[in-house]
Amino acid sequence: MSNDDLFKGYRGPGRELLERMGVAVWSDVEVTTDKGSFRGLILPRSETADDHHLVLKLDTGYNVGLDARVVTAMKSFGRHEAHYKIPEKDFPYDPAKPNVKLFGTGGTIASRLDYRTGAVIPAFSPGELYGSVPELADICNLKTEKLYAVFSENMGPEQYIGLAKAVAREIENGVDGILIGHGTDTMSHTAAILSFMVQDPPVPIVMVGSQRSSDRPSSDAALNLIHGTLTAATSDIAEVMVCMFGPTSDEYGLLHRGTRVRKMHSSYRSTFRTISDIPLALVDRKVVQPLRSDYRRRCPDRKVKLDAVYDDRATILYYYPGMKPDLVDGLIDKGYRGIVIAGTGLGHVNKPLYPALERAIAAGVHVFMTVQTLWGYTQMYVYDTGRDLMELGVVPAGNMLPEVAFMKLGWALAHSDDRDEVRRIMLTPVAGDITEREPPDAYLVLQGGLPEVDRFVKGHRM
Amino acid sequence: MDDQNLGPDSQRRYDDREFYQALGLKCGLEMHRQLDTTHKLFCRCPVQPYTSEYHAEILRHMRPTLSELGVYDPTALMEFKTKKDVVYRLHRDTVCTYEMDDAPPFGLNRGALERAMVIGVMLNLNLVDELHIARKQYLDGSIPTGFQRTTILGVGGHMMVDGRRIDIRQLGLEEDSCREVSDRGHRRTYMTDRLSIPLIEIVTEAQMYTPMEAARVGSAIRRLCHLSGVCRTGLGRARQDVNVSIAGGTRIEIKGVGSLRELPALVHYEALRQKALLEMRDTARSRGIQADGFEGAVDVTAMARRHRHPALNIAWGTGTSAQAIVLRGCAGMLATPTGPGRTFGDEVSDRIRIIACIDRVPNMAWSDDPASFELTELFGAVRQQAGASPADAVVVVAGPAADVATAISEVRIRMQEMLEGVPRETRRSLRGGGTRFERVLPGPDRMYPDTDLPPIVLTERDFERARAASPEPLWDKETRYAVMGLSPVQIERLFTTDAWTIFEAVAARSALRPTILAYLLLDWVPALGRRGVPTVEVDADLLVRLFGDAGAVQWTQKDAAAALAQALGHAVHWVGKNASNGTAEVGA
Repeated sequence: MSNDDLFKGYRGPGRELLERMGVAVWSDVEVTTDKGSFRGLILPRSETADDHHLVLKLDTGYNVGLDARVVTAMKSFGRHEAHYKIPEKDFPYDPAKPNVKLFGTGGTIASRLDYRTGAVIPAFSPGELYGSVPELADICNLKTEKLYAVFSENMGPEQYIGLAKAVAREIENGVDGILIGHGTDTMSHTAAILSFMVQDPPVPIVMVGSQRSSDRPSSDAALNLIHGTLTAATSDIAEVMVCMFGPTSDEYGLLHRGTRVRKMHSSYRSTFRTISDIPLALVDRKVVQPLRSDYRRRCPDRKVKLDAVYDDRATILYYYPGMKPDLVDGLIDKGYRGIVIAGTGLGHVNKPLYPALERAIAAGVHVFMTVQTLWGYTQMYVYDTGRDLMELGVVPAGNMLPEVAFMKLGWALAHSDDRDEVRRIMLTPVAGDITEREPPDAYLVLQGGLPEVDRFVKGHRM
Repeated sequence: MDDQNLGPDSQRRYDDREFYQALGLKCGLEMHRQLDTTHKLFCRCPVQPYTSEYHAEILRHMRPTLSELGVYDPTALMEFKTKKDVVYRLHRDTVCTYEMDDAPPFGLNRGALERAMVIGVMLNLNLVDELHIARKQYLDGSIPTGFQRTTILGVGGHMMVDGRRIDIRQLGLEEDSCREVSDRGHRRTYMTDRLSIPLIEIVTEAQMYTPMEAARVGSAIRRLCHLSGVCRTGLGRARQDVNVSIAGGTRIEIKGVGSLRELPALVHYEALRQKALLEMRDTARSRGIQADGFEGAVDVTAMARRHRHPALNIAWGTGTSAQAIVLRGCAGMLATPTGPGRTFGDEVSDRIRIIACIDRVPNMAWSDDPASFELTELFGAVRQQAGASPADAVVVVAGPAADVATAISEVRIRMQEMLEGVPRETRRSLRGGGTRFERVLPGPDRMYPDTDLPPIVLTERDFERARAASPEPLWDKETRYAVMGLSPVQIERLFTTDAWTIFEAVAARSALRPTILAYLLLDWVPALGRRGVPTVEVDADLLVRLFGDAGAVQWTQKDAAAALAQALGHAVHWVGKNASNGTAEVGA
């Protein structure tokens, strides 16, 4: 064993003390400090914590920290090393059940403790998943493949392309459904880009994650996995979807179209919402119940169209009052080829930005307008500002969500640099990224505190 | 101690050292007290009076997860078998997204930490230098996260009780749990207003050897908490658990003891229950009963439907069934008494109710039960089918098929545990000193580090502040009061009514005998209050004004009482010439 393993995570005074006393991590010790004596197991230290405390696990299971600088004596009684491991069981195979492939990219859907950082890290295999969520075996035969192990904010073009290719490959191999475990922060970005890169899939492509990590008893991970697996295995909806909790209660999940979904709360379980439309379907432990009929159906004979290209010279500009044109100039200078603006109201920015936008467009930069209100369409004829911007060459992107337009622009730029062609690609809906109409109930954000909402909430679990 | 309900005979009986020594009785206490903070422990919700009003409900399920050392806790696995729908009621003034587990914790409430450290100093604990927040798993649903955030402030402390040193194992600071509203079948409902109120847990070593001694230590800890001035008082703000074991038995944790008055009987009957279980084990061994003697389960749905026994009187339909289990060599054993009005059959029935969620009364029919004589034919048929004899006992359970399967498996588990003696359990107190099974006793494997919060470093300044805020040790103060002539009951009441602060201030500055001062504060002022005399102005200043003149004659209790009454504008009859009206109804 290397010295670093012996003193896992310890640095500075903490490590010096352990070395001097000849005590390694996982030793059962009695430590005497200026405040008394403590008996327990020396645990590894998180690398992000300070360097002068020892962590001791008492026999009651509690951990305490002791200041290494006030330790006067240490006595060792042997070692007891722990191995945190999710119990693995062979995932059963049943020829009568559909075959689902689960790709792992990271996130807390299946995770375990990481002593290095003191946080949770992803971990999964079919055996581990079966060990912790045995219900999955009632639904399908599951195979898993760990593509990445990253927090979702670390997903990027390389991972998008790799994931899209892997999904297409498995579809060609004949699986009945694809499940993708993903961190929730950028799940909707990945759902959007997959919608463009993997077109016309013959089977469901379902993204799942969890808002509460799977190492806690109240986690939404298991239920999201069950819902997602049931969708991938049995649903008739052959689209890229996000499958996450509907209400915060453990009741049902919602299937959101990959291009119309957004994470709307930093921590709530029911954080995902379909914006400017209604969700595709509702899913519980037993059945997928479509809420609409205009979806692409499962069709095993259909050939999937893989179009996994991406140009990372696109950006998103979140407009704020008083924004200065040098930001846009900077983007031109740095070689950006596409800008999605999240404008105010119907799609506006201030006048001082006009000359800079004009220069950008003259330099061949493609500029599209979306709305930071998220709900609703751009409409740039209503006010002069909008007309002026269109005159400059800024293209309104309908009701495409800002992040979706940004993902699509990166994809479009990898196809063409021609102004009209890029515009054509952007404004031609691929998978519901722009819709023709917003139904009247597509914008429902209940306002708490109103008597009628109180009545509704009390009668229906949140 | 507060012992109105325990007569001197009971007190003597529950303090019979020889009797309990023969049993090898040992008890330890876990005392819980809410801290007197304005806000909760990990969020900014205010602490408010309890209410049954709510605005919304959420539903959750709990799944067991691994401990830090990679092991499942047995309690967690047991709770998972119950497949409970847990419903939480939310009031918008008392809970936020944190309590409903839809947001990560905010920082630990520093005010709560400072208060808890005062208790830590008072208990002479070895305080830790860095707090690590842990998640203690609770799969019963009493906390929506499925775990309680808790941390250890110190270990290895002690206090003095009746001149004897009692060791304190540890002091924890944790968030309080939900209040249970109901628990029927597979649904448990909780109110969330109490959730996350800062709570301290004081754990003693198992050093109490009679039931009365456990109560006296509990009472001393209660006084210490009052003396600290950092604890919340009032109904539902304090709870205690008691751990009981006898020689050859097991540590049993009795939860939710609301009042210390109940404690001696609970401890006493738990000791006797363990003794009864150990005797049963010996009987079973001498009869040659084996762990594989509980294997035979027989489907008796068709027969059970024809009988009108209350345990079989269910709404029969598709999905319901009845099963019988044969307990080889166990005839008569389920009728063994284990507690006040309880038999071993009740222990088995509790498991069925808690784990299989069949909560009809009765929820099983058993061949030892005299009330089941009309099922003789059914039991006979089962015995015949299973190749059993009248020396074997039979238990029949009816209900939803999945629950019945769980129930039969639980009966088997409980019978196998019978062969081992006293199974590790958490039990709930009942009226009259009995207890019932609540869950399998959890162990250290339910602990997991809280990855949402970094460790909190305590500095010398924190320790210094806590030392400065800690009053004189309880036992020193009590010794002083005893020397002044106060009775143990008076001392107890001075603390529990918080009158000790006035007592201290006046005793040092007046010529009044301390026993008279205590009488005025504890008895006379409340008596005046009951007669409608406003007593809010009774404070140290008033008493010093009245009795502070050291040169005055020695006050008698009667004169002092009259003087205080008059100062409050009230005349008493025994001061004849000043009495003007209403003298008759006042008495001292």
